[in-house]
Amino acid sequence: MRLSSSPRRVLAATMGGVLAATLAGCGGDSGGPTTGGDGGDGGDGGAPDNAQTLVFGASADPVVIDGAFVSDGESIRVIRQIFEGLVTTEQGGTDIVPALAESWEVDEEGTTWTFTLREGVKFHDGTDFNAEAVCTNFDRWYNFTGILQSPSVSYYWQTVFGGFAQNEGDLPESLYSSCEAQDPTTAVITLSKSSSTFLTSLSLPAFSMASPQALEEFGADDVSGSEDSPQFTGTYGTEHPTGTGAYKFQSWTRGDKLVVTANEDYWGDKAQIGTIIFRPIADGPARRQALEAGDIDGYDLVDPSDVAALEDGGFQVLRRPAFNVGYIGFNQAGPPMDNPKFRQAIAHAINREELVTTKYPEGAEVATQFQPPQLWGYNEGVPTYDYDPEKAKQLLEESGIAKPAVEFWFPTDVSRPYMPDPAGNFQLIKADLEAAGIAVTSKSAPWSPDYLDAVDSGKAQMFLLGWTGDFGDPDNFIGTFFQTPQKLWGFKNQQLFTALDEAEAEPDQDKREELYQDINAQIMEFLPGLPYVHTEPAIAFRPGVDGYTPSPVNNEDFNKVTLSEG
Amino acid sequence: MLRFVVRRLLLLVPILFGLSVLLFIWVRALPGGPAVALLGERATPEQIARIESLYGLDRPLYEQYFSFVRRAAQLDFGASIRTNQPVIDEIQRRFPATIELSVAAMIFAVGIGIPLGYFAARRYNTWLDNLSVSGSLLGITIPVFFLAFLLKYVFAVKLGILPTSGRQDVRLIVDHPTNFYVLDGLVTGNLNAAWDAVRHLILPAVALGTIPLAIIVRITRASVLDVVHEDYVRTAEAKGLVKGTITRRHVLRNAMLPVATIIGLQTGLLLSGAILTETVFAFPGVGSFVFGAISFRDYAVLQGFILFIAVIYVLVNLVVDISYGFIDPRVRVR
Repeated sequence: MRLSSSPRRVLAATMGGVLAATLAGCGGDSGGPTTGGDGGDGGDGGAPDNAQTLVFGASADPVVIDGAFVSDGESIRVIRQIFEGLVTTEQGGTDIVPALAESWEVDEEGTTWTFTLREGVKFHDGTDFNAEAVCTNFDRWYNFTGILQSPSVSYYWQTVFGGFAQNEGDLPESLYSSCEAQDPTTAVITLSKSSSTFLTSLSLPAFSMASPQALEEFGADDVSGSEDSPQFTGTYGTEHPTGTGAYKFQSWTRGDKLVVTANEDYWGDKAQIGTIIFRPIADGPARRQALEAGDIDGYDLVDPSDVAALEDGGFQVLRRPAFNVGYIGFNQAGPPMDNPKFRQAIAHAINREELVTTKYPEGAEVATQFQPPQLWGYNEGVPTYDYDPEKAKQLLEESGIAKPAVEFWFPTDVSRPYMPDPAGNFQLIKADLEAAGIAVTSKSAPWSPDYLDAVDSGKAQMFLLGWTGDFGDPDNFIGTFFQTPQKLWGFKNQQLFTALDEAEAEPDQDKREELYQDINAQIMEFLPGLPYVHTEPAIAFRPGVDGYTPSPVNNEDFNKVTLSEG
Repeated sequence: MLRFVVRRLLLLVPILFGLSVLLFIWVRALPGGPAVALLGERATPEQIARIESLYGLDRPLYEQYFSFVRRAAQLDFGASIRTNQPVIDEIQRRFPATIELSVAAMIFAVGIGIPLGYFAARRYNTWLDNLSVSGSLLGITIPVFFLAFLLKYVFAVKLGILPTSGRQDVRLIVDHPTNFYVLDGLVTGNLNAAWDAVRHLILPAVALGTIPLAIIVRITRASVLDVVHEDYVRTAEAKGLVKGTITRRHVLRNAMLPVATIIGLQTGLLLSGAILTETVFAFPGVGSFVFGAISFRDYAVLQGFILFIAVIYVLVNLVVDISYGFIDPRVRVR
């Protein structure tokens, strides 16, 4: 190492450099939020303003841009812009409305679904969207083999349709039987049995329509590598995702940005902004600072504790209708949780009202059951457990448990929409339980995967958990939790399992609603856990970003969004 | 010299072997596996079992290990269990970002640390000395994420003169032939892009370079204090040598030996510090990639990354050892 100038000069040069950088930054094109163009309002429903660019701060990179293979929110956010399904959910709600299918009908057995497709729709590669394309997509999913049958890869297919053409491993028979293209605009899908969740679930991005030509050409399903380390070799999901949506895929540099541009030939409401850039910023505070500094125009997963500050700073904070539930789980595999009086005592001991008011932002409400009130099947008349420490003590006495004690688990390193501050929730609940005379042993672990592992494997006696719904059906809430015996709950309640099976299979919508209402009451009577909150997850934008409609199921399109100088 | 280099490179083999065994056992000893991490709240025991069998995670550990070694020998570190994309591609693509950041952090740490340490020593027990000693203590103790938050708050949010995150303004459309963004800007003649990349480097480099800076200041100071009291310095002064020459040839050159060692050792620190720094600055290097892999228990990514870092660490320290010879001919390897 040779120093070419005196240390004094080195120091001066370094400092000078920093100063120069700073000054130049002042005068440069730095930092300002922006729209890239002249900031026209573009809101008149005309052609997209190609000069405009919106930068959105995502919490992570997508996994892959292929709906069939993902279940994470960041992949889904991008897929929603590029792809469409046969049906979708209404803006800001959960009701099913037409998308690529204009109408549909089902036969009396509830197994044959005939979809009439929208005419003149083209995929981004210029090929036609038609009944054959629909069938190619369904047959593609149905014929997945090998690693594509992993629940981490084809999660939603397995959730909705169960199994595949050739099941590898212990999977149920597939709900899907076949698809026939009767003519270019008529696709007939046959199911192996009646299912009342089939249509609703088709609004999931997992079942959106991809260009058969692009799937084939870019090897969407190509897998190579060794048996225990399979690799996707095709470039479809990383470089050539091709749908029918208002935006077209342009480029993706992992870790840096994913760019989509307006589809000029879109059949519906054309995009108002020329380019959307999704930028992964994993760190929550970093996303907020990026918005405040004008590096991005909006971001998701706003920390509830930031909401007030952002609003005070003049930023827009939009709230999604509550479509989640936060609950305390009781594992009934052993005593004392298998004692109903003990569970009831816990329910009466906890002041949920106070918990929600002190620990949650505006919009959060106390839960009385395991599904949100906005979803049909909700029952106003379920058994409730008001805060009543005296009653809790009395129930404890009646339970016959000499020394009431629980091991109570909470996760660290995580913030979920239904549980922004798990440790804070834990402290309040613990204090309530102790006040009622229940000794609490604290247990904590990092959320993923340690905590989830402990809870799923049935190790946690009492735990904090929650759920965000995927689509508007009670089956997606209480069916997911309680339809089968699970180690995390540790109970076998055949009556409940059967009731949920029957409600899922019931073809008559009105009857189904009644069934789920009854089941909600039955569950709260049985008290497998204590639901305590429904929240409204927030998304933030700078002033000047308009037209974004928050959706309970995150079905949020950017095509109606407009930009102006904020 | 060549024999020395070859010998040191051969040493890599047992190091990597030992490390691979430790690593393999360590990542699998962590509670919870990738299956749970992948499915989150949705995981059911049946699904976890199926994922484990599909990815061979239910096979005996030694079998998994041999399969890993067999593949690693062919430079195949497997695929991320989350994205099913090859790990090696991802590391290759992201590594330039980490190098760029580490080099910038080192320039900051060395460029300020050595002069500051030197002047602190020469003004021993003055305010400058006290300031640099207490400042370096603060530098070592301040957590990177807090410093990053503070830097961004001041320079990006309040003053609006530097960006908060990323490697480049995402609105810029630029070519990246080398993936070293500053270099890319210069090579393609797009000076705006190069300058933009430099601006994006400043805050993360300062955050990442603060601990090395603090250490370099202290080592340089101590080392210079040692050297200035040596006989040969007094002799040089006595025989009337110009002050600049004494500083360059007698003081700094001799004082640099321990500093060079420290700089080599800092490389490891920089690369591990990059995990946190890159995450809080959303800087798309290998560090932020690994951060995601940790929470997903992405075995292949963790193994690939740590082995890769080990190789880099050994290589950098080899370069440092060779550099001793240039700084001080007495220790030139034969």
